[in-house]
Amino acid sequence: MAGQKNFPLLMELGAPGRRAYLLPDLDVPSRSLEELIPDQYMRSEPAPLPELSELEVVRHFTGLSRRNHGVDVGFYPLGSCTMKYNPKVNEDLASYPAFASLHPYQPEATVQGALQLMYELEQYLCEIAGLARATLAPAAGAHGELTGLMLIKAYHVSRGEGHRDEIIIPDSAHGTNPASAAMCGYKVVEVASNDRGSVSVDALREVVGPKTAGLMLTNPNTLGLFEEDILTISEMVHEAGGLLYFDGANANAILGKCRPGDMGFDVVHFNLHKTFSTPHGGGGPGSGPIAVREDLVPFLPVPVVEKRQESLDSPGTGENTDEFYLDYDRPLSIGKIKGFYGNFLVMVRAYAYILSMGAEGLKHVSEDAVLAANYLMVKLKSAYDLPYDRICKHEFVLSAKRQKANGVAARDIAKRLLDYGMHAPTVYFPLIVEEALMIEPTETETKATLDEFIEVMLAIAREAEESPEKLQNAPYHTVVGRLDETLAARHPVVRWQGEKDMGAKAQDE
Amino acid sequence: MKVPADLKYTESHEWTKAADEGIIVGITDYAQSEMGDIVFADLPQVGAEYKKGESLAVIESVKAVSDIYAPVGGIVIAVNEALIDSPELINDDCYGEGWLIKLSPDTEAELDELLSAEEYEKLLEREG
Repeated sequence: MAGQKNFPLLMELGAPGRRAYLLPDLDVPSRSLEELIPDQYMRSEPAPLPELSELEVVRHFTGLSRRNHGVDVGFYPLGSCTMKYNPKVNEDLASYPAFASLHPYQPEATVQGALQLMYELEQYLCEIAGLARATLAPAAGAHGELTGLMLIKAYHVSRGEGHRDEIIIPDSAHGTNPASAAMCGYKVVEVASNDRGSVSVDALREVVGPKTAGLMLTNPNTLGLFEEDILTISEMVHEAGGLLYFDGANANAILGKCRPGDMGFDVVHFNLHKTFSTPHGGGGPGSGPIAVREDLVPFLPVPVVEKRQESLDSPGTGENTDEFYLDYDRPLSIGKIKGFYGNFLVMVRAYAYILSMGAEGLKHVSEDAVLAANYLMVKLKSAYDLPYDRICKHEFVLSAKRQKANGVAARDIAKRLLDYGMHAPTVYFPLIVEEALMIEPTETETKATLDEFIEVMLAIAREAEESPEKLQNAPYHTVVGRLDETLAARHPVVRWQGEKDMGAKAQDE
Repeated sequence: MKVPADLKYTESHEWTKAADEGIIVGITDYAQSEMGDIVFADLPQVGAEYKKGESLAVIESVKAVSDIYAPVGGIVIAVNEALIDSPELINDDCYGEGWLIKLSPDTEAELDELLSAEEYEKLLEREG
């Protein structure tokens, strides 16, 4: 089934009346739908739902999963995404019913363990960030960015400096940075990179000023390079009255090695789903906590998990027990930014991951991630262009400029990699590198896998010279060949086209 | 790369041409080939005003999303509605049916600052 070319949709499978189970007779009085649901909410025609046996459904989804590629199947060097292996023990813990079956409206007294987990996870993240307190509420990276910017705005407004309306963003930044700033009502001011791939301090001096609300920076940046001038940059922005926002997309490179707070960042974001053991790439759930320095704490979203010493169980004995509670009484808070408390089970994975790795283990994570990236970079830089040739952090960016001269684009190299059973790197990002191939091996791959990838990339470079057409038409061994991405983007078909027929069929019966 | 001699150019790879009313703005052959297959053009409202160098449109290709900058300051007097359904016109005919916007320039002075075809070709050589 995995090799099947035409893979039918659920809508195309099944037959009327086919089903997976039979319900027993009702043992309460039956009432009609019309009686229970007001007229305006009733459908005029039945929904065209597929009718299938259980086995058909199981085979459908199992078949799809076999056509998929994930880190559990093979190498996945998708730069900037940190597609690292997430230890299964963290999945086990997150599926533990005492966590997974909690209801967000349960009384606090019955969820003390969950609240303690959130409280302690916040502390661990603050320790890694080098800052005072954090919110776990944001549901994704960009949601965290928006939250962080809202905190920056609240800070300036509280100081009577609401006129600051510019956020400075490097030209190498993730696209979400300017999007979040614009969403928060800020003007985006771009700052250029220098020839070492870092923020140009001279260019920054030109744009920083009394209108600067803040600077958003990823460190290491999207070229996988550490911003060596970060202390100068932070001094310049702070002197101008602005704040520094840390995009934590690349936090996997610095865990326990250095703290964004020490670099001068005031607002620090993490992607738990990248760095702290939640599988991702399919659109969530994610988690984008935001840590802040002391004087920004009053603005954090509600609720914040707090701890108080209580002796309710044994009054007068002097025996205190910690009680955790959700604090909504925060008058300067920017308010609620997410239903309930954030994506709790992502927090469980992060908590379990941090505790199981320990402080030393997290340092090893970053050391191994950085070592693996540098190993690949050194081995590949003879066959591909390396526009910024310096020691990298957890990822590096090659350019297929040389191959492009022979008619082979970064896209073609990416497609050809699929034939070798490996996921493609990120391509055409960051924008400042022509024909970019952004490679992030992560800490969890063996040297044997890294060597295999090197061999494949060198073989592809040879193919690009000797038989470019082979690459231009790749892939050949995947379940589908080269797809027409242009047509799909220009004329997307996002709904099942046979729906009308199906609706008519259902009514006939 | 085609660089028609009768057009004026910007360093950010837009072209302009004098029309009966105002000037026509598009992107150059080099720009469309660098961007690859264009899948969407986000064009401004007629009547919107832009200063020289401000982003007045966004073009999305299979590779990336790019800003299009106002070659001169002015008011938008027309946009190419055909691009809504057929963004590929920019790839197929960037100097003709793939035009983007018609602008009424604020001043003549800024028009004089644009690059000639010869100057733009030199720029391409340097960038290439």
